Amino acid sequence: MTFVVEQTEDSWRVAIHGQLVVTNRQEFKDVVLAAVEQGAQRVLVDFSETGYIDSSGLGALVSLNKRIRERGGELRLAALNEDLRTLFELTRLDTLFELHDSVADAVASF
Amino acid sequence: MPLPASEHPDGRSTLLEWRIASDIAEVSAVVEAVRAACIAAGYPPKVCRLNVPVALTEAVTNAIKCGNAGERSRPVHIRACINQIRLRVDITDEGSGFDVEAVRKRCQEEQWVTGESGRGVFLMHSLMDKVETWRDHGHTVRLTLHRA
Repeated sequence: MTFVVEQTEDSWRVAIHGQLVVTNRQEFKDVVLAAVEQGAQRVLVDFSETGYIDSSGLGALVSLNKRIRERGGELRLAALNEDLRTLFELTRLDTLFELHDSVADAVASF
Repeated sequence: MPLPASEHPDGRSTLLEWRIASDIAEVSAVVEAVRAACIAAGYPPKVCRLNVPVALTEAVTNAIKCGNAGERSRPVHIRACINQIRLRVDITDEGSGFDVEAVRKRCQEEQWVTGESGRGVFLMHSLMDKVETWRDHGHTVRLTLHRA
């Protein structure tokens, strides 16, 4: 399980390789908040290499969304597979987050 | 620490059993072993990718963090039985359990969506066919999912 952070001209992309679960949720939050501390305003989380997410991982995303918004920034979620979309729909988090089919779509939405 | 896997006396079920410390680092090995047994038993791919790992992660994590208050010395006992008909996993901790109805009611509240926690039990119910709880020697959550 690793997180890959990439800064582009317009945004920061954080890719989750593997699961986002109780064992690595804090590391994930630390990685994203470090980017925010460096001035990231437009943050997108790339799920194209993500397996599954548990309730801790979903909670981490909710928490980060609040923190980023408080600083005037925006968070987008991109490239969720069918399973991950099912989780967001079950928990109604698809009403809280903007879910985009691809990283390119998410970047274009900022 | 995992106890040895064994064949059920009926010859058609796989039994897996663990007695683990209350440490979240222990969760993934349990989840991956049960998932692998489901794959070997021919469970549908989506069930093996999503329902089983997420619901089981929630149940074991809940037992460690809530049931045993994260006290490492308090054990969690997990027993899984996988066959061609269904998966059944019992997770037993030393806690006093939780009020399933109260949890269900909280999920109906508006602020539940924007909260940072409180989705674990909901996900167990959503992703399994049946979730049962009882108190005997500790508190047990039983997850049941039929293969077909």
